[in-house]
Amino acid sequence: MNLSILKPDKKNLSSFIAAGSILVFVAFIDIIFNSFFNSNITEFLPNKISYISPLLFGLLGLYLIRIEFSGNKLLDKINTNFNSSNFNALLTLLVIFTLIKYIPPLLNWFIFDANFAGNTKDDCTSSGACWVFIKVWLNRFVYGLYPDTEQWRINTAFLILFLLVGASFFVPQKLKKYIIIFLLFIYPIIGLKLISGGDFGLKYVETGAWGGLSLTFIVSAFALILCFPIGTILALGRRSQLPAIRYTSIGFIELWRGVPLITVLFMSAVMFPMFLPDGTYVDKLIRVLIAITLFEAAYMAEVVRGGLQALPKGQYEAAKSLGMGYWRMHFLIILPQALKLVIPGIANTFLALVKDTPLIFVVGLLELAGMVNLAKTNPKWLGMAMEGYVFAGLVFWVICYVMSRYSQNLEKKLKTER
Amino acid sequence: MAKIIELKKVNKWFDKFQALKDVDLEVNQQEKIVICGPSGSGKSTLIRCINRLEEHQEGQIIVDGNEISENTKDLEKIRAEVGMVFQQFNLFPHLSIIDNCTLAPIWVKKMPKKQAEELAMKNLERVQIADQAKKFPGQLSGGQQQRSALARALCMEPKIMLFDEPTSALDPEMIKEVLDAMVDLAKAGMTMIVVTHEMGFAKEVADNMIFMDQGQIVEKAKTKDFFENPKSDRTKLFLSQIL
Repeated sequence: MNLSILKPDKKNLSSFIAAGSILVFVAFIDIIFNSFFNSNITEFLPNKISYISPLLFGLLGLYLIRIEFSGNKLLDKINTNFNSSNFNALLTLLVIFTLIKYIPPLLNWFIFDANFAGNTKDDCTSSGACWVFIKVWLNRFVYGLYPDTEQWRINTAFLILFLLVGASFFVPQKLKKYIIIFLLFIYPIIGLKLISGGDFGLKYVETGAWGGLSLTFIVSAFALILCFPIGTILALGRRSQLPAIRYTSIGFIELWRGVPLITVLFMSAVMFPMFLPDGTYVDKLIRVLIAITLFEAAYMAEVVRGGLQALPKGQYEAAKSLGMGYWRMHFLIILPQALKLVIPGIANTFLALVKDTPLIFVVGLLELAGMVNLAKTNPKWLGMAMEGYVFAGLVFWVICYVMSRYSQNLEKKLKTER
Repeated sequence: MAKIIELKKVNKWFDKFQALKDVDLEVNQQEKIVICGPSGSGKSTLIRCINRLEEHQEGQIIVDGNEISENTKDLEKIRAEVGMVFQQFNLFPHLSIIDNCTLAPIWVKKMPKKQAEELAMKNLERVQIADQAKKFPGQLSGGQQQRSALARALCMEPKIMLFDEPTSALDPEMIKEVLDAMVDLAKAGMTMIVVTHEMGFAKEVADNMIFMDQGQIVEKAKTKDFFENPKSDRTKLFLSQIL
């Protein structure tokens, strides 16, 4: 038998395309029937072959339509991008088949078979996710155990924050400076006072009651704002000519980098109060904030130091030759360039910080993931772990993705050279 | 004429390697000195010691009446009076050309922004690069960058200018534009110490020539004598190789 007839060529283009397309079509029909209707149309084949039959059909079909420079634009595109060799054809089929097989069940769980209506666990009758759980607990997931009647204070604090941040993007350069200074130095005090209360006729709400997503934001924001300057100073300290400063910085950085965050948090909660004189009390949340800040500052220091080391010596010399002292040289010349170089690293540290916040559960503070953890152990809502963690994961993903995109934009915006 | 720079028996070591050996040098106001010599002879080290980008271990360096040593308190003030142009330009890549020029006057000399900008434009015009003021260093050619660096140094209105091989990193066709700017500066009466291999420039501008080898000043002479009638054999050999 002459097998060369099976070698695809341009002469019999249309018949090869027809044969190939039919085979690929059969392959898809097979996999679709298999995953949606639970029926196997290739049952007549031996068991093992039946199992991989879509792949076999697909491969054969793709082989038949692999004709170079066929003149058919669509076909050429498919061939160069998905079907350039047998191996690539196999990968293409595997990816598509995996998607067909696993996306629909996921979608079913998330949306089509999910329960949205109702107020109790018993309302969740169909097989998909029980989003009722999230709906009922959403208030707690956002505000923690903060009293319902006082929640407007958190809303106001965050609304002001977002308005200010938003405004800083649109106002002229000159005003922007003041807004940023206000945001960094004055707003945190106002915001904290508003949320914690105790003065101005606001009811005092102890930090143990704070929680949920708002606590995630509070902890992240404070740690982010504080760890950045501390890290920068540590990085400069580690490169200092003065041994006392250098060794202090090295010691600090290596100490904090060498200890797991969870240990640090335990220490701040359990050990730290023992060192305080009797009668003094430092709020749990403040202790945790300081612990996280110092911990992340050590990482930040090493990121910034990487940027400092990447700068050519000539930049330091040029700055010095113009009569700049240490601080002017660093603030005007060195840091602006070094920090720009390490934006990806800084973003990395910030993302890690946000995702580290759930660890504050060890001192009894429950942010978003902690609240989910708490809610799923409620006797009325047992078995909702999946929904809760998927929800928490999605929220964290959105936060981190926004930060990541922002860092990429910043990188592009600040790019001036090279 | 008044002495503005004086070096007495200056010695400098990099670990074991002695980079400068008993260097004596006097520079008068408005004097132009060109230093030449083979690579590794200590020419760059010498001028970098004058604004203390390198530290010397022995001897005295006196700039404009102030001795420069580790005890010098106003090192920044002295550096502000001594402009320097580097081989690799060393412009600040994150700032536009005009910001490169105004940064030090504004922050070091506390000059009002507007005045600093006028000064910067004046100096950029002087090196014929005013039309590039808004661009960033990375967008300019090597010659344009080096002229910007010259303008940046001039914006501090220095009494002395140091040039550390200003044309060595440039394409041949860009060397001339930089040298022209330097010749103009010399004609305007600036005190200049130039490390360079451009002998044409030296002949045109220099009052005195210095030839260095192995960390020592081998020969110091009036420019004319230096080229026509060099005294030491080492100088003759060097000149025969580069001329």
